This record gives sequence, C-alpha cells and structure tokens, in this order.
Amino acid sequence: MELLLQYIVAGVTYGTIYAIVAIGFNIIYNTTGIINFAQGEFVMLGGMTAFTLKEYMPLPLAILSAVVITMIFGALIEIVFIRWLHKPSVLRMIIITIGLSILIRETALHIWGEGVTALPYFTGTSVTSVNLGGVFISPQVFWAVGISSIMVILLGIFFNFTLLGKQMRACSANREAARLCGISTQNMVTFSFMLSAAIGALGGCIVSPITYVQYDSGSQLAIKGFTVAILGGLGNSTAAVAAAMILGILESFSIWALPAAYKDVVSIAIMLIILFVKPSGLFGNAAAARLKEY
Amino acid sequence: MSSKFLQIFGFAVAIIAIQIFTQITDSAFHLTQLTMTAYYSLLVIGLCMLIGYAGQISLGHAGFFAIGGYISAFLTTHNLTAMKGKPFIALCSKFGLLVGRKDLYGGDLLVFHPWAACIIAVCTVLIVAYVIGGPVLKLKGHYLAMATLGFGIIIYRIVLGTSGLGAADGISGVPGFTLLPGVTISGSGSGKILNYYVAWGILITGMTLLLNLISSRVGRALSAIHGAEDAAEAMGIPTANYKLKVFVLSAGFAAVAGILLTHYNGSIGPSEASVMKSVRYVAIVAIGGMTSIWGAVSMSLILNYFSLRGSFGTYDDAVFGVILILIMLFAPDGLIRAQVLVDLKSFFKRITSKEAAL
Amino acid sequence: MTTLLSVVNLSKRFGGLQAVNEVSFTVTAGSIKALIGPNGAGKTTLFNLISGVISPDSGVINFSDHQVQGLRPHQVASKGMARTFQHIRLFPKMSVLENIMIGRHIHSRAGFVAGMLSIPHTWSEEKKIREKAHEIMAFLDLESLADVEATSLSYGQQRNVELGRALACEPKLLLLDEPAAGLNMSETTELGALISRIRDTGITVLIVEHDMGLVMDISDEILVLSYGKKIADDVPLAVQSNSEVINVYLGEDDA
Ligand SMILES: Nc1ncnc2c1ncn2[C@@H]1O[C@H](COP(=O)(O)OP(=O)(O)OP(=O)(O)O)[C@@H](O)[C@H]1O
Ligand SMILES: [Mg+2]
Repeated sequence: MELLLQYIVAGVTYGTIYAIVAIGFNIIYNTTGIINFAQGEFVMLGGMTAFTLKEYMPLPLAILSAVVITMIFGALIEIVFIRWLHKPSVLRMIIITIGLSILIRETALHIWGEGVTALPYFTGTSVTSVNLGGVFISPQVFWAVGISSIMVILLGIFFNFTLLGKQMRACSANREAARLCGISTQNMVTFSFMLSAAIGALGGCIVSPITYVQYDSGSQLAIKGFTVAILGGLGNSTAAVAAAMILGILESFSIWALPAAYKDVVSIAIMLIILFVKPSGLFGNAAAARLKEY
Repeated sequence: MSSKFLQIFGFAVAIIAIQIFTQITDSAFHLTQLTMTAYYSLLVIGLCMLIGYAGQISLGHAGFFAIGGYISAFLTTHNLTAMKGKPFIALCSKFGLLVGRKDLYGGDLLVFHPWAACIIAVCTVLIVAYVIGGPVLKLKGHYLAMATLGFGIIIYRIVLGTSGLGAADGISGVPGFTLLPGVTISGSGSGKILNYYVAWGILITGMTLLLNLISSRVGRALSAIHGAEDAAEAMGIPTANYKLKVFVLSAGFAAVAGILLTHYNGSIGPSEASVMKSVRYVAIVAIGGMTSIWGAVSMSLILNYFSLRGSFGTYDDAVFGVILILIMLFAPDGLIRAQVLVDLKSFFKRITSKEAAL
Repeated sequence: MTTLLSVVNLSKRFGGLQAVNEVSFTVTAGSIKALIGPNGAGKTTLFNLISGVISPDSGVINFSDHQVQGLRPHQVASKGMARTFQHIRLFPKMSVLENIMIGRHIHSRAGFVAGMLSIPHTWSEEKKIREKAHEIMAFLDLESLADVEATSLSYGQQRNVELGRALACEPKLLLLDEPAAGLNMSETTELGALISRIRDTGITVLIVEHDMGLVMDISDEILVLSYGKKIADDVPLAVQSNSEVINVYLGEDDA
C-alpha cells in the first residue's frame, strides 16, 4: 500500500511538469494554430538560467529573473521568426520551430556544457521528507504541485476575467473576427509566446531540484507535454492537467512491468494509440471532432 | 524523357570524375565519407518522394533506417552455434540461409547469410511501415509530424534500451556483404574504390526508379494528391492507398540504406535512430527544395559529406538547425525561387521599420 | 429510358441541422437534370453524398446498377461518375494539360512498379492519355493554354479546365456544381450550349445552378430542394408554375 502511494506521488510529480509543458503548448496553439516544437526548450532555459543566476542573487530572485528573461526570449523568438510570415503552411511552421529547438539546444550546450544542473531544494535538502501516513514525500513535491496549481488557477482567472486574457481567447476562437473587433492579433500571438515561455521557465525551475535539467532536457519534455496535450485534447488546458496526472502515474507504474529504459516507449505508445483511435483526446467531443481536421 | 537520362548520365560522369580526382590528388581517403554519403542519400531521396511528392512529413525515417540496419547487423553477428539443434535453425540451415565463419579468436560462428538477413530486414521494415502507415497517414499537419516523431523515438528507445542489441554501444563486427561474387560491401580492406562505385551505382539506380515514377501516371496522381486531395479523390485516385504506398516505398529505401551502410561501416549504433537524424533528413529534403530529387541529392551530398568529415566540429547539429530555419523562413520552396527575394525584402523591411520605431 | 441514378430516402444531418431530409429522385440516362433551391438548401451536400465525399445517415444511392452509398469518392468515380466543385479545385503547380491528364486516371493502369521500371507498356499508355487530353482540350477550346499553370488562369478558364478534367474521366454521369457562377451573360449562354453538346455525346448531367434562364433552357427535369427537403421534381414548365416553388423563391426575394 505504501509503495503504491509512493508510485502515485512520483507519478504526480512528473505529471506536474508534463502538465506545465502541455499548457505551454496549448496557449500558443490556441492563439496561432501552431505547435511550438521548441516548447520544451523554454523549460530547459528557465532551469538553466536560474541555476546560473543563483550564484549572484537569492534563489527566489534568481527564479523570477530566469522567468522574465525566458519570457523576453519567447517574445523575441516570435517577433524575429514568426510574426512577419504571411500565412505560413503547417509544414513550414513545424520545421521552423524544430529548427529553433535545435538551435536553442545547441546554444545551451555551448553556454552550459553537457553537465546536469539542479537548483537547490526550495526548502530542506534532497534527504528531507515529510512523512504522510507512511509515505515519504520530498517537500519539493509540495512546492511543485502547489506552484503549478496556483499557476493553473491564475491562468484560469487571466483568461476568463482580464481584458487581455479575453482578447487572447477571442483570438483563438476566431482570428479573423477578433481582428475585425480591433484586437491586434499579432500582439496576442506575441503575448502567447511570452506567456508560454514564462510558464515553461517557471516549470523548469520548480522541477530542477527533483529531475535535474541539462541542455537537451527540452525535447524529452516536449514529446511528453505533447502526449499530454493530445491526451487531453489539443487546446484544452484543464483536461491536459488531468491527462498529465494520468500519464505521470501510468509511467510511474510501468516500471513494474517493464525495464525503466522503456518508460518513454510506454507514454509515446499511448500517444500513438490516442492519435490513431481518438485524436480529439480522451475528453474531447467526438461529434465536434468530426468537423475538425487531424 | 531523354533529358532525364541525360541528367542521370551527367551525374554518373560527375561521380566518376570525383573518383579520378581523388586518385590524382592522392586523397582517396575522401572516398569513405563519399560512400557513406551515397547510402544516406538513398534514404533522403525516398523521403523526398514522401514529403515533396506525396506531401506527407515524416520525422521518423531514421527509425526505418535503424530497423533495417539493426536487424541485418543482429542476424549476421548473432551466433547460433548453440542453437544448431533447434528445428527452426536446422530448417534455416537446410535452405542455406546460414553461414559459418570464424570470429576474431578463431571460435566458430554460425550466423545468417547477409542476403538472408537483408531480405528479412527489408521485409520487416516494409511490414512495419505498412502497419503503422495506415493509421499514421490518416493524420495531418502537426498530428502527422508528432506521430512519426513518436514512432522514431520509440525505435530509438528500444535500440538504446535493449541489451541484445548492444544498448548504447550498438552492434559491431558486422561482416561484409557480398552482393555478387567479387563485389563485397565492406569498409575494411582494399575495396575502397569498388565500394564507392557500388554505393553510388545503387543510389543512381534508386534515383532512376524514383524519377521514372515521378514522371509516370502515379507521379502525376501524387502531385494531384499533394495539391488538392479531395479533387484527386473525385478523379478516382485512391489517395489513402497511394500515400501508404509511397510511405512504404520510402521506408524501403531507408531500410536498404540502413542495411548497406551497416555492412559498410561494420557496425551500427543507437545514434542512427535518433530524432536528430530524422530531422536532418527532413532538413536536407527541405533545403533541396522539397519537390526535387536532384535538389535533395545535391544537398545530401554537400551536407552529409561535410558533416561526416567533421567540418562543422561541435556545431554539427547547430549548422543543420540554422540552415533549416533560414531555408524555411526565406525559401520554403527551396533556394531557386523568386519568392525568396520577396520574403527577404519583407523581413528586412520589418527589421528596419522596427529600428525606426525605436 | 433507363434510370442511371436513383436516390431513395437519403438523409444527412450535421449536428442540429438536417441538411438533406428523406430525399428521393431518379436521373434518366442521357438527360440533363437540374437541382435548384435557395442558398443552404443542401444541394452541395446532396452532391457530396452522391459522389461519396460524405456518407449518408440513411438512404440508398443506386448508380448504374451499383449501390454506392458509403463508398469512398474514388470508388464512386471509378464506377463512372465525375464532378466539378462549387469552389474550383484545380491542382496547383500543374499545367492545364496535366490537370486534364489526371482525369484519365481511372482509364489507365500503370501502378508503382510499372512506373518505376518505366516499361514500354506505360509509354504507350502515357501516349494515349496525352492524346485523349488533347482531344478534350480541343473540344473545350483550351489547346492554346495546354502548358500554362492551371491555377494562374482567369476564373472562367479555370471553370473550363475543371470541366475538361471531369470530361476526361469519360463519365456516365457528370455532376456540375454551379458551373455558371461568376460568368457573364454571353459566357453563360455558351456554357448552356456546351452542356447540351456534352449531353449529346451520351453523358448524363446533373447540374446545380442558380441561373434560372440557364436551367430552364437546358434541363429536361428539375428537382427543387428547400431546407433539405424535396419540394418539386418535374419538367421545367410544371416546376415553374408549382406554387410551393414560387413561394420558396418569392419568400427569398422578400427577405
Ligand atoms: N460539413 C458540414 N458541416 C456542417 N454543416 C454543413 C456542412 N456542409 C454543409 N453544411 C450546412 O448544410 C447546409 C446545406 O449546405 P449546402 O452547402 O449543401 O447548401 P447549398 O444548397 O449547396 O447552398 P449554396 O447555394 O449556398 O451552395 C448549410 O446550412 C450548411 O451550412
Ligand atoms: Mg452549394
């Protein structure tokens, strides 16, 4: 029983980070229809930048700065590479964002080298743990789950109750109509890149103590994040959170049945099956989905 | 029609000229990378057919390459001596599928004949491509890209995590592949020039087949599918079936490339299955102009050659990333289009107007 | 007077919208039948059902002795049905000649292997495809445009190429979705004459059209749809005086 719970806790921890990447995907997808293949790189950048900055400032400030820097970086990416393209084809956008992800990764390699980095635990150390009914949980897990939950709630408030958030949603519902209503759809796209870069970076900082981050962590996370986004139905962030927990826990249990080396195989196989069987996602509406192209 | 053969002839002459040049300048060591380039190019032209002509992206072709290479490497190195008695092995032996040879230390080895291994490997890849191609090709855009990427990662994880396939080390000690008496694909020994010609000969054969296909009824149907799928269906073209066939065909090219390169190198490692490899192949096709076998081959020749020679140093992947972005930003239809200038202009206009605003 | 196409109780629903509602009709071989109705009546949807683009919720479609409901479009096409689209769907980056050559697809055989090996049989087949395409272009006066990229042509010319592509299929039944849309008066008259000539070559025509002059001129029978329902199916004169039809069209004028 304790072991079971231990697995679930591990699953939830990984689920949290997958959810963060998936939300990042969804935000950009909703405003642009683009899947940003460099989404995982934002997570990596956040973790790495905070690691470097914490030499010069207290940890919370380092994390905050890393988030802001990554956010500016996300805006730059959009302004330099995406904004001026006129109705780019999906294939073109896929290849451009893949190119960007390679470039960011290689740049990170040359800046930080191949080594793994980890921020210190926000409270306690790697051996501190809270005993919860026989299950030992690292306080960092609480930080991760807590901050992510707050983030999801804030995002909900942002999209539902602020003008900017509503404008971004309008843009996702119907870009043409939003433009006619005087919303600058181009700025919305830039905002969406900033927002998802910031969220990714924050995610990178939270999980860095538990999972470590290195220059090539991004692509790993991207594929998991995408799996989760698909599982929840592309564009639907609330469902993505649920899907992320399911995937994290499934992965965590897969270690029972399969060698750990095949952990990724399990989750990607799940993604393929969902894509083949129900591309609208576990929680998607099949009737609405039939009108959509996958 | 005849211009096609003229081009191929010209290409063959260039291949011969390169070899003679290396002979004269005493730089025959270049032939090794050029031979490997030819095999990678075989994969690239198959992928070009899929992306450029059938309009379907695949970010998992390194997976097919690796399946082909790994199966033939495994079968031609895995010692069956201990299993001699098993009925299946005995049957294989009876049909002459197995060969005995000595290993480095003089021990007896009983392994599959390279031809048998090659056929098994190709058939396996074709079947895998056929089975996953059905559902995968129903997807479009990002979904298709992600599904093929997922397939590629699965293959990578499997070869990396399976100790029977050498895990991180891969499989080495793969013997040469005697195609015909006296013609052995192998990187070791004296057959450097012969291997160079065999590799490029196979590539030219592959190109001829594909160029024929492109100018045929099927090729026309494929560009129709690419241009307007619903209209192609309405004209009686079985679009799903054609896409699947091109997918399987391109996987077959990847498999043959993987098999032959593995015999040439004498080894294969998990990096051949990595996502970065798949992305590179797509990059080469994109840079070559998507719908041009010739563009793909020339870009493959240039980029693979310099990459294999290590000219890009530690910036190897970065170079591919930069080229990929630049091409897709400014010349999504390849380098030789008028639109390039228009896009460049609008880009600089943007940049300058930004500066003016600041 | 054989029946080429018979549709029985065909229905299709999109979410809450009954786009086609229990529609039944027949098309006689060798005739021109028009399908009219206000915008959104379900005409294109009916075409899509007949040609296999979408499958019906219920009902039967009989085409030249085959039940074709639920078949894929390419299967229906290979049974001898060709169509044009309301929004022109030509193949970009292909010449007029190549576009029309695509129409010969179902009448030629060369597959992947034959294509790759380029065996002599494929050469002669290619030659025949080309000849037939030129024949069609001559029929439609497109000869001079053979090597022009099809999507670069004027609207009217593109319509012609699309028609040529469908004719190259040598269909038994030709479905035309608003072929006169965007044409001026004299072009429309020409089109009417052309459609009659096509019928005279033995091809049955089912045409969706808003231009009443054209419809009255050329059609042997007219089927009227409104909100997915059949409200009339008769010879032009009878339809013209049908009160329900007049209502529907006058009602539209009022709006
Ligand atoms: N794929 C679809 N999904 C949902 N609704 C659809 C779909 N196709 C058509 N409709 C709806 O069905 C109704 C009938 O459309 P249809 O295109 O058949 O009309 P139409 O008679 O061809 O009109 P028009 O004269 O404007 O071409 C319309 O209300 C349309 O919005
Ligand atoms: Mg219509």
